[in-house]
Parts: sequence; C-alpha cells; structure tokens
Amino acid sequence: MSRFKDKSGEGTPAISTASLPDIIFMLLFFFMVTTVMREVDLKVKITLPEASEVEKLEDKALVDYIYIGPPTIEELGTEPRIQLNDQYAKLEDIQPWIDANRERRQEAEKPRITTSLKVDQETYMKIVTDVKQELRKAQSLKINYSTSRGR
Amino acid sequence: MIKRRKKHGPGEINAGSMADIAFLLLIFFLVTTTMDTDVGILRLLPPIVEDMTPPDKVKQRNIYEVLVNDADQLLVEGRPMDISELREGAKEFMTNPDNSEDLPEKELVTRAMCQQKVAEYRAGVASAGSDAKLKQSYQKELDKWEEKLNAVELVGEYMELPGSAVLSLQTGSKTSYNMYVQVQNELEAAVRELRDDLSLQKFGRKYTELDELNEEDKERIRAVRKVFPQRISEAEPVEVGASANS
Repeated sequence: MSRFKDKSGEGTPAISTASLPDIIFMLLFFFMVTTVMREVDLKVKITLPEASEVEKLEDKALVDYIYIGPPTIEELGTEPRIQLNDQYAKLEDIQPWIDANRERRQEAEKPRITTSLKVDQETYMKIVTDVKQELRKAQSLKINYSTSRGR
Repeated sequence: MIKRRKKHGPGEINAGSMADIAFLLLIFFLVTTTMDTDVGILRLLPPIVEDMTPPDKVKQRNIYEVLVNDADQLLVEGRPMDISELREGAKEFMTNPDNSEDLPEKELVTRAMCQQKVAEYRAGVASAGSDAKLKQSYQKELDKWEEKLNAVELVGEYMELPGSAVLSLQTGSKTSYNMYVQVQNELEAAVRELRDDLSLQKFGRKYTELDELNEEDKERIRAVRKVFPQRISEAEPVEVGASANS
C-alpha cells in the first residue's frame, strides 16, 4: 500500500510526446508511397457496372485506360465520347494511341500491356464494339472490362 | 550575429506542433488515397483474321448461343431467358449431365488412351527426323495429349468437351454495356463454379484458392482448366453495308 502512495505523491511524470511526430511521419510516408494520384482528369461521366467475377489488374504501369461515357460538359450533349489520356478522341485515334503506348514500354513488357475499358454502364454496345474492333486492328488484345466489385 | 546567438545558446525549437503538421499531411494523403485496386473482367480479344474463310461448320449442339437484343432481353438457345437462369444454363451446357442430344457430346478421356497416344506421337516425333513441318505437327499433338494425361493423373478420368464447344455471345448495337457485362459475368461465373466444384472435390480446395506460384497447384490449375475450358466467343460484329451482300 505504502508503495502506491509513494508514487502518487511524486506525481505522474509527463509522457514524452517527442516521438509522436516520428510515428505520424512513418504513417505519412506509408500513405505517400502507396497513394496513386488520379492520373487523368475525367472528361466523361462514368458509372461502372457491377460484377462479381472480377480479377485484379496486376501491374498498373502496364495498363492503359480508355474512358467512354457522356461528356461532363453539358453543352457537348449526352452522346458518349471516347477519352484517351486527357482529351476526347475519335475512333481513328485509338490505333496511333496504342502504338504510342507500346513505343514507350520496354520490349519485354510489350506483350503484357493491358487496355482497360472504363465504360459507363448506360452506354450502348455499338461504340464499345467499335472500340474493340480498333483494338483488334492495333493488335492490342489483352483487355479488361473495368467494373466495380459487387454482389 | 553568429556570435550573439552563440552567447544565448541555441534556443530549443518547440517541436510540439510538428505532430500537428504531420497529422495535417497524413490526413491529406488519407483522403486522397484510393486503396481500391482496379478490378474488372479480363478478356482476350481474338486477333483479326485477314482471309475470311468461313470456319468449319460447327454442330449446333456445340454452341451455347446467347443473344442480347437492343432492349436488353436475352435469347438463349432460341428461348427467351432471364439473366438469373443464365448461369445454370451455361453450367448445364458445359456438363451435359443427362447426355442430352442438344448439348455437346462429351468424350471420356482415359489414362490408357492418353498413354497410348503420347507413346504414339513421341515415336512420331522421333521418326520425323529432318522433316521440320511433320515434326512440329507431331509435337503439337504430343503436347496436347501430354496435357490431357496430366489432367487424368490429377483429376481422374473425365468427360471432355469437344474442342468446338463454345459459349457464344452476340449483342445488338443498342444493348447497354451494363447488360453486356452482366452476361459476361454470368458466363464467367458458370465456368468458375464448375471449376471450383471439381477442384474442391479432387483437391479439397476451391479453384480460386489454388496458388498459381506453387508448382503443385499450377499443375492442378492446368488440369482443371483442361476439364472445364473457358471458351467465350463473341460474334464478329456485322457491318451494316457488308451484311447485305454476303
């Protein structure tokens, strides 16, 4: 009993918070490293369809995205548009775009390039089929229908 | 200036607010981080074939025909169907449990058969000598049968789907993308469920739980894939102008 009394008499020493910043910094670095900033500004509205049989896209550096959906700017109407990189594109632009993407990858990685189609769920299949035809012409056959994990 | 500072001694910098600053940054990154990795349905498009020789006539019973019209309605094997029934339908097609006349004719693959064929083609490769073309064709057959033998060793004798059996998917030009993905999803799910069942029965683990990097599992994956191949084909888009002539 007397022991406890002794301690309380001395008063609890302040917990040193000197290492708190270090801990926070560690967390900070973790998030900084894992963060993937959105690489492009979306110019089309996309609600992804849901699917259950999904697979992860493994190597993000080897994935190119094609966005299809109605434009975000209302003046442009509601007709679905194709977006490559940061701008609207036409069907004919896809093949040169694929070639350019292939060009900047290393030779060994070329067969593993995947094209991810991020398509709004309301889009008609016509435009998707056309895009797929272009991809086939460009010999870019690995594709991924981007979906959200659901059900 | 320097002298004066030295006199006072370097004042202790108050590091108390350091944590706050770090917190601020941390919260910023927490908010902007998107942890969810990109997921989706992976597909391999068929390469474009230049010469349009009509393919061999495939028996109707070997095709599981899925049509989706512009109003997102399904027509499967000539009958209207709800998407909720599609998975079971596709599974029935792949397994043909009652040996129905309308579903693909399955062939029993036995160990003896595989061993015999492997020996046969191995001899063929050896005897082909300098004839590279002949050797290649023998080698191809040999590989095929060795793979079957591997499957038989692992899962036992199984009923093989004919090579031409496909799940065929055709969409209208105004079908919604959502519907298309749902149909793809159901077909994929059908194959996955069959593989899971087989794997669970033979190896005690689901197909999706098998580890591709493990040598033993890798063989198992190959065997299961051999028994239930995933063949989803999409009809060549019909061009409006061309269809009138051909």
